Amino acid sequence: MRIAIYLILLIIGAVLPHFVYPVLLMKILCFAIFACAFNLLLGFSGLLSFGHAAFFGGAAYVSGYLIKNLELPTEVAIIGGVLSAALMGWLVGILAIRRQGIYFAMVTLALAQMVYFICLEAPITGGEDGMQGIPRGSFLGLSLKDDLTLYYVIFTGFILAFLIIYRTIHSPFGQVLKAIRENESRAISLGYDVPKYKLLAFVISAAFAGFAGILKMLVFNFATLTDVHWHMSGDVVLMTIFGGIGTILGPVVGSSIIITLEDQLTDSAGDMVTVIMGVIFVVCVLIFRKGIVGESVALYQRMLGRKNLPQVK
Amino acid sequence: MMLKNNKLRSVCLASLLALGIQQGAQAQISDNVVKIGVLTDMSGPYSDFSGKGSVTATQMAISDFEKKYHPKFKIEMISADHQDKADITSDKARQWFDREHVDMITDLVSSTAGLSAMKVAKEKNKIVIITGAGSSKITNAGCNDVTVLYVYDTYATGQGTAKAVVKQGGKTWFFLTADYVFGHSLETDATKAIKLAGGQVLGSVSHPFPSRDLSSYLLKAQASGAQVIGLANAGDDTINSIKQAAEFGVTPKQHLAALLIFISDVHSVGLKQTQGMYLTTGFYWDRTPETRAFSKRYFNVMQKMPSMNQAGVYSAVMHYLEAVQATGSDDTKTVMTEMKKTPINDFYAHNGHIREDGRMVYDMYLAQVKKPSESKYPWDYYQILATIPAEEAFQPLSESTCPLVKK
Repeated sequence: MRIAIYLILLIIGAVLPHFVYPVLLMKILCFAIFACAFNLLLGFSGLLSFGHAAFFGGAAYVSGYLIKNLELPTEVAIIGGVLSAALMGWLVGILAIRRQGIYFAMVTLALAQMVYFICLEAPITGGEDGMQGIPRGSFLGLSLKDDLTLYYVIFTGFILAFLIIYRTIHSPFGQVLKAIRENESRAISLGYDVPKYKLLAFVISAAFAGFAGILKMLVFNFATLTDVHWHMSGDVVLMTIFGGIGTILGPVVGSSIIITLEDQLTDSAGDMVTVIMGVIFVVCVLIFRKGIVGESVALYQRMLGRKNLPQVK
Repeated sequence: MMLKNNKLRSVCLASLLALGIQQGAQAQISDNVVKIGVLTDMSGPYSDFSGKGSVTATQMAISDFEKKYHPKFKIEMISADHQDKADITSDKARQWFDREHVDMITDLVSSTAGLSAMKVAKEKNKIVIITGAGSSKITNAGCNDVTVLYVYDTYATGQGTAKAVVKQGGKTWFFLTADYVFGHSLETDATKAIKLAGGQVLGSVSHPFPSRDLSSYLLKAQASGAQVIGLANAGDDTINSIKQAAEFGVTPKQHLAALLIFISDVHSVGLKQTQGMYLTTGFYWDRTPETRAFSKRYFNVMQKMPSMNQAGVYSAVMHYLEAVQATGSDDTKTVMTEMKKTPINDFYAHNGHIREDGRMVYDMYLAQVKKPSESKYPWDYYQILATIPAEEAFQPLSESTCPLVKK
């Protein structure tokens, strides 16, 4: 059943760019990776970071700099960007995991704002104008100029990231994270080095957020302040919650719907987009807390349960 | 037999297709539709002098063009808000070129937006006519062959105004600069003019764009002791600077020189606080019978007089459509060549033509804001002091750093 769903999604992903505007799809995929990375932290470790934009945009700036100013190949720039995001994640993580709940969120937000101001003021980032005109170049010999080619490269990147995150969640390491989420004191009393697990989860999440930011930079040829702004950190929270916290596919569904909505609404609704997003968020929190995927799964299980119940008796 | 038949059929089909393609090439206007995109600031700090007014001006230009030429092709227009952000602009421009088959994008009111749209246009080989933004970078280091900078630039307005103020005795300057490409261009261009005219720049401070609260920056400017505080910003930032300078008692001890000010800004602030200011403009509604005629028509729709950007959009769209009409093509290179070849003389521009760096040069005007007592009727705000001829108003090609300029 599960494999069938994934196979269908894989086929849809491979065929879709021939029918839908590929740039929009690429944007969705980038945000899907971002939300999956975020979900690893929020959904599976119970840590609400409010500073993930720093990794997303920071890595985009770093690899943009590597490509544009140092003229390094795209492959090197991607690796460099991901490493920089992991390093940033490590630095932020060390400081933030000492605190819990709202304090954790505030520490991550504060540190992310510092990254924002570095991006605003540093001479190499272009300030308000952003880092523009970053060439797409080529990847493993494939020229990325064509939107379709780039789409398949990014689609592959997405599958890779998704599989690694999936594997992480289902590994013993992931089980420990869930244990920490459910009851931190018990995890400590069982002898787990909780801060170490939290830090590692934070670093992995930051690295993949950075990976998403780099891919987005490659699609649009620029890195701007929007990518490091705290709005971006908020957007990814919304996508994850809307899709379903702690579900594997939730972030993918959430980001697809939110990005498509934004795309459709910007022309007709203009400034109202933020208001509409806010309303969606409120409705989501009040009515279906498990998110779209979470509620669907629950509904499916309830239906299954009802059918199965007499047999069990 | 079956096989042969199939072969025959495919040959027929191929030749039909080839014919179809040939016919398409003859018509030369893709889908027989010329689509213009107005990408502007609908809600932000620059919406007052571009925004919906630019959309209206574009619509007026299209309907006037249709009445005058009865073109065989259809003209469509779409508009959107670029929120003055690079990413939103690129994203939108890319979508418009890819999905909406837009042939030309105009307005683009912040320099950040202008520069990012130009890059996308170059990649997609489509035309961009910037009537809103004015960083001189657009026609220098950042220039390309698909872009026209139509209305003003920081060189023209900064230079013109700074020269006039130094001449009036404002020798020492301090800059209040919007911290992005446009503000810095404006400061650099004005600084050159001030030094040439024998003035002195004591320092500058950059403020985030856009800013509601400029008090700390204004106090720095006040502490500098400069005679003139040069406002290297625009729109709401300029309005806030002028209002807050009065509140903090910066003025009238020190003078303000707005290096780019629009009639809409003067209208918002009022003559009391803006009187006596010098400004350089490409358009003033009350200058000639033609400008008045256009502006009154515009006023009937918008209930405001047009700014130079809004009047400029009309002129730019008209010039573009006339080039399409003349060549019978919407091909980027053909239209650009025609636009650069044809001089522009309409209610808006006198002695206008587009140079190889994309700069549309035309006569600009040095104006001074009237005293409240001199203003006789609504929107009677400016006194035109002098005409700055096209060759003097804009940066000479010899100083240009645009690679397209052959030296």
